[in-house]
Amino acid sequence: MTSLGRLLFGSAMATLAMAQAASAETKLNALFMSQAAYSEADIKAMTEKFEAANPGVSVDLEFVPYEALHDKIVAASGAGDDGYDVVLFDVIWPAEFATRGFLTDVTDRIPADYTEQVFDGAWTTVEYGGKRYGMPWILDTKYLFYNEEILSKAGISAPPKTWNELADQARTIKAKGVLEYPLVWSWSQSEAMICDFTTLTAANNGKFFEEGAPVFTVGGAKDAVSFMKATLDEGLTNPASREYFEEDVRRVFSNGEAAFALNWTYMNALANDPAESKVAGKVKVAPAPGVDGKSVASSVNGSMGLGIPSNSPHADEAWAYISFLTQKEIQEDYSKLSLPIWKASYDNPKVTEGQEDLIAAAKQSISVMYPRPLVPSYTEVSDILQKNIHEVLLGQADVDAALAAASDRVKRIR
Amino acid sequence: MLGRRQLREKWFLLAPAMAVLALITLMPLANTFWLSFTDTRISALPTPTHFIGLENYIYALTDPDFQDALFRTLYFTVVSVGLEGVIGVAIAVLLNQQFKGRTLLRALIILPWAVPTIVNAVAWRLIYHPDYGALNSMLYQLGFISDYRSWIGDPMTAMHMVILADMWKNFPLVAYVALAALQTVPGDLLKAAAVEGASPWKRFWSITLPWIAGPLMVVMVLRTIEAFRVFDIVYVMTGGGPADSTKTASFYVYQEYFNYLRSGSGASYAVLVAGISAVMILGYYAAARRQSQGGAA
Repeated sequence: MTSLGRLLFGSAMATLAMAQAASAETKLNALFMSQAAYSEADIKAMTEKFEAANPGVSVDLEFVPYEALHDKIVAASGAGDDGYDVVLFDVIWPAEFATRGFLTDVTDRIPADYTEQVFDGAWTTVEYGGKRYGMPWILDTKYLFYNEEILSKAGISAPPKTWNELADQARTIKAKGVLEYPLVWSWSQSEAMICDFTTLTAANNGKFFEEGAPVFTVGGAKDAVSFMKATLDEGLTNPASREYFEEDVRRVFSNGEAAFALNWTYMNALANDPAESKVAGKVKVAPAPGVDGKSVASSVNGSMGLGIPSNSPHADEAWAYISFLTQKEIQEDYSKLSLPIWKASYDNPKVTEGQEDLIAAAKQSISVMYPRPLVPSYTEVSDILQKNIHEVLLGQADVDAALAAASDRVKRIR
Repeated sequence: MLGRRQLREKWFLLAPAMAVLALITLMPLANTFWLSFTDTRISALPTPTHFIGLENYIYALTDPDFQDALFRTLYFTVVSVGLEGVIGVAIAVLLNQQFKGRTLLRALIILPWAVPTIVNAVAWRLIYHPDYGALNSMLYQLGFISDYRSWIGDPMTAMHMVILADMWKNFPLVAYVALAALQTVPGDLLKAAAVEGASPWKRFWSITLPWIAGPLMVVMVLRTIEAFRVFDIVYVMTGGGPADSTKTASFYVYQEYFNYLRSGSGASYAVLVAGISAVMILGYYAAARRQSQGGAA
């Protein structure tokens, strides 16, 4: 046998041996997103630890953009044994997934004492009809990030406490010529915009639904849209916000081209990382402001949970993996891009060190997290709101007409 | 005339092919058609399905948003296929001339068509980027614009930007078919016309174009079907936004099915889109027949 022949034969035998070993163990297919919260590298590292601690179980990771997550979960529900065993799902889906039977009810698998140890807002992420369809994992909300240097250049000493104050400070920054557009948002026609809209609605004490009927045409929800439009009209908001997602917001803010930005937890670490940001060290974070007489701070529940699709043939192993990822120790080890669901973690130096302002903001924001409408037809409601609010932001419709149109359309949902 | 035995033999030989065709084309088609008259939903739980007649169709066609989407899709199809036709033929005529480097140019021109749609869409999205896109940079440096613009974030321009991207990708197909057809145009005829004093323009309209009309028609029909069910390039470039200004009819099929999990309703949108494509194809064929008859007369 030539040396090449031996090499080929050897590697063929090795492959065969590996294939045999692999067939003896359980392989889990897990679906995650590659955007915001934990990075791919973090999730891979956690998974390696899990595999090391659980011989015989290996995990195949798949990362998709957030926009593809819902459809992937739905499409794989018909895949039988070849579907996913663990999926990451958004706070807005349990109602739909539960009524359609896509996720396994795991209420009985969750230890009773967890209920007290984990934040209520986190539990909302996985609950529908009194049952739990997974374990919360990413406890997230949109915070107000501000560039301290820009504020001090404009003579502003403290960050805004209310949205009106924020608009005033933006006016000052613009008037003094520090920045052309002090505000940047993720207002593309997408879920990202609805998260900003929800934050502002929460600040204004607004409501989306009352007894199943849409009520977002009046009150706080309407005030929220009016505020959004006004900041565009005044030139305070970067007009390109209307095609931005969260990553665009991070980029613009990290380039020093905005004074204020709403974004998820993950931006705190990245905007302060010199390799990723030109404004590292100048970035501060606070809870999103409130509205005089209505709220002190505002926040949208943007949490996500891990669940087991009902067609998974490996529910026990999948639950072991979910339990591993959501445990306090693991979450504390990876708390730079996403904060733990565990109340006790917020006083652990391992978590707080180096991000004291984020933790302080989180304590306040998490207590006021406001949910987006918890209805089974949420995806459609959101699409309708996205389209009509976008028309307002683009100057194609006025606030009242657009919200009335959205309300009519929501009533037509089958 | 075939004898009875020959007839039987013919059917026997055709049977396997027809069975495969029925399995992969007719059955899904029939299934979709049936689904479109039901209220079927995607669910992992057993859910009853009811026959609801034309309800899905009535719901779809009375939805003003879907009506807008149909006209938008028609606009996309007409403008994008029209431009592809004009530019494709013009390039083909150019590539049919004798000049140095012709072979290289002929090879290069196919490149856009070889790029996968998703890659094409991502590339154009970067070109149109409001902050660091090449289009803004070029127009700014040439002095055409004084400020960077939001090309696919502005409902006035978004659709045209998508059309431009689609056209760039697909004109080579038209150009190649036209080029192949151009090589069959008899040179003698053109020379004779030139001797008779026909201008180049006249020669193109009266000899070249009618000669290549058949193959051109085929490629235009193909492009029309594809363009009318456009989805991927729009999904990647704009996601249907801003404010639904690029949301095409196929989006409704996708949305109903995968986002809202109403497979019955989704099927009705699919049948509508396919039906309208079929009508347009029939229109093309009618036009082609009239032309070939006119040519014979």
